[in-house]
Amino acid sequence: MSYTPTLPAKDFMLYGETFSSRFLLGTALYASPQLMRDSIMQSRAEIVTLGLRRQNPADRSGDAIWQFIQESGRRLLPNTAGCKSVKEAVTLAEMSREIFDTDWIKLEVVGDDYNLQPDPFGLVEASDILIKKGFKVLPYCTDDLILCKRLVDVGCEVLMPWGAPIGTGQGLLNRYNLRTLRERIKDIPMIIDAGLGAPSQATEAMEMGFDGILLNTAVAKAHNPPLMAEAFADAIDAGRKAYKAGLMQKRQTASPSTPTIGQPFWHQ
Amino acid sequence: MTNLLKLKDAAMIDISLNNESKQIAAHILLSDALVQWGFGETKIAVAINGEFVPRSTYGEREILAGDQLDIVKPVGGG
Repeated sequence: MSYTPTLPAKDFMLYGETFSSRFLLGTALYASPQLMRDSIMQSRAEIVTLGLRRQNPADRSGDAIWQFIQESGRRLLPNTAGCKSVKEAVTLAEMSREIFDTDWIKLEVVGDDYNLQPDPFGLVEASDILIKKGFKVLPYCTDDLILCKRLVDVGCEVLMPWGAPIGTGQGLLNRYNLRTLRERIKDIPMIIDAGLGAPSQATEAMEMGFDGILLNTAVAKAHNPPLMAEAFADAIDAGRKAYKAGLMQKRQTASPSTPTIGQPFWHQ
Repeated sequence: MTNLLKLKDAAMIDISLNNESKQIAAHILLSDALVQWGFGETKIAVAINGEFVPRSTYGEREILAGDQLDIVKPVGGG
């Protein structure tokens, strides 16, 4: 039997662009711009997220981060983090498109301050508006199947369901919903975005057949962010390989691996 | 003198810049205001009263009394 020992070089397609890495990394919360730069490097990520915020012109503190992000040469995925209405999200997306010269947008419409849960109704409405304006929308959504179907209906070609609320590090909180999503929406790339805290959780998501992982806090808040970035990159690769290889079926009872025929010391 | 003060007051308008109250000369264009505020060379995007203002229109948009301006710059984000 022939086998393919490695994964295809570039088989991860988002909005017509192919990537070799299935890891998307956030650029916030690092202790220093240098740690962010090194983490991007070690993550092997080809897409990084970033945001826009009000700033005093005299405040140059963010300049180093922006400079390192530019120098990284990665594809930029600006977000609409913190927007609580469709109008806010649409306006910030338009500002992002101009400043970053990209029509890609990670769409966030926050529905609740406590768990930063996406507002499903606002998300569908904002996606519809932005797609009609020519944006390529990557919506940060919940794991609700019907919401995801509606987002696809209005033209989203990528979905980014949460694993758990942003920054919690709790992993995959609702495996049933996530498995159902993957089962029911097979032909749309789905990236688990937010809530992961450990590389093993990323591996599990990839083993379930999700196409990629987006995270920030788990790397930025590690004691050694670049090393954690590498750990996640390896974990995501491992999970993808496992998914492609096909996991064995679980069984209730033990089944010996070593042949029972020819067992020594056995007498009838 | 009183008339001069009145004239001076009349020539200034109250606006909000990134949620801070500011005064600026009446009839000033957005492009000139940005230079005056020190945003001249930086990478920014602008919204006025919640509506996106494309860079190509900065030289045409006059700032009006009561306008609420949001001026944003890139930051790290997740």
